[in-house]
Amino acid sequence: MSVDAKLEALEALEVTGLTVSFAIPRATVRAVTGASFSVRRGRCLALVGESGCGKSVLAHALLGLLPRNARVSGRALLDGRLDLLSASPAVLAGKVRGREIGLIPQSPATHLTPVRTARAQLEEALSELGSRLGAAELAERFGLAARDLDRYPHELSGGMAQRVANAIALAGDPGLLIADEPTSGLDRPLVERTMAVLRELCEEGRAVLVITHDLRAAARVADDIAVMYASRLVEVGPAAEILERPRHPYAAGLVAAQPDREFVAIPGMPPELTALPGGCAFAPRCRHASEACATLPAMTAGVSCHHPLREAAHAHGA
Amino acid sequence: MLTARDITAGYGGRPVLSGVSIEVPPGRTVGLGGPSGCGKSTLARVLSLMLRPLSGGVSLDGTPVTRWRQRAPRELRTRVALLYQQPRVAVDPRLTLHEIVSEPLAAAGRPSPALVAELAAEVGLTGDLLTRRPHEVSDGQLQRACLARALTLRPRYLLCDEMTTMLDASTQAHLVAVVRSYQERTGAGVLAISHDQVLLDRWADATLPWPP
Repeated sequence: MSVDAKLEALEALEVTGLTVSFAIPRATVRAVTGASFSVRRGRCLALVGESGCGKSVLAHALLGLLPRNARVSGRALLDGRLDLLSASPAVLAGKVRGREIGLIPQSPATHLTPVRTARAQLEEALSELGSRLGAAELAERFGLAARDLDRYPHELSGGMAQRVANAIALAGDPGLLIADEPTSGLDRPLVERTMAVLRELCEEGRAVLVITHDLRAAARVADDIAVMYASRLVEVGPAAEILERPRHPYAAGLVAAQPDREFVAIPGMPPELTALPGGCAFAPRCRHASEACATLPAMTAGVSCHHPLREAAHAHGA
Repeated sequence: MLTARDITAGYGGRPVLSGVSIEVPPGRTVGLGGPSGCGKSTLARVLSLMLRPLSGGVSLDGTPVTRWRQRAPRELRTRVALLYQQPRVAVDPRLTLHEIVSEPLAAAGRPSPALVAELAAEVGLTGDLLTRRPHEVSDGQLQRACLARALTLRPRYLLCDEMTTMLDASTQAHLVAVVRSYQERTGAGVLAISHDQVLLDRWADATLPWPP
């Protein structure tokens, strides 16, 4: 096996039992609990869930960008060699962020420094990373003309700002990309374009982790989907399976709530991350719940539920 | 009917939209699509009497609007409610969710704890959540509070400017259901602004392209 082929087979990111909590006065916020998943090179995993479920905290934990009151445990192996969760801040800043992991920000227009041109910001990234690429060369790859680079962020359209942010994220040629709500607030054509770019980066052999609340955006880009609810992953599997035949009742509710499906909300509200129950956190909102749900279901065959839905259930709109 | 005729509007004398006309009849949901940056939100601000257009006219149930913002008569101003895309910039961070929802009733001098409780329950905000401040709740929970607040003075027209763009599918379906049920109870007219055609196809009685 060639070295390349070996790298190919490795998981670019392998997360095991990732748990993040925050100590706040009189309470503990359990933002991520026991998350396990992996992303391979050339594949894209979308992490979906509603706002406040912990998905952004998960991304920030991988990048070492959590506030000081965060407690983190578990393991997140990058290319099978470096544990991101135990690496020192110096290693993360000097060797990992930008070089091994690129971050595609939520809002490119506010991510960019308003008082400097796109070129100045791109050149800074390239020189910090000691890259041999030129700004113009990198910009061209992202469909930006040289004259666009001389504009200030407020002179760029949303799509152009996104491309500048992407170019900066890619300046260090990272093997893993993390995109945190990359389509939030964009109109549909821009969502489509952003997802197409992420897909292309993935096809080039990078591993891509997309965090989004938008199932349709996830469907456009992801090979696999992980559904997060109240700090835990409740279902992980191939995107087409989860979007067509979700097995966890929460995943099924989310899929059915889309405007081109039943457009019906899941009853109730998620629990507070300061007061998570000992058993299944979805049980109070679940019509399949039973006594068994007072104990935490283990993740089995990609679903963490005592009563996973079967094919037949979907025929009845469950 | 909420009517805008031949509106040109913008900021600092520079128009971002020109010659736009639209009608929102009571009891109907009018969808308005269009790419980001085209001026949809500016039109919503004109229709809610928050931005004086450079030219053109707005009339509310037959009454032409002659004064805008705080100078508009309260009776006209409160007839239209506007919901924004970003709830976080639409609330005072110092207030609790309960105070946020109660604010318009208090400002109008007729506080009604019963109505606040009823609307809060309808949008799904229960007990403890109402005692929190914006930084202690999620975007979805905060947008629920903004919707309850928008309904407190029983507006005749509700303008939803990308109301659910930041939210997950389930919260989106819930908030749209609350708007629909309010509309059924009161016969209010709704303008649903979104760049999501799939959502508008499901929600609106008819969808206008941009410019309308």
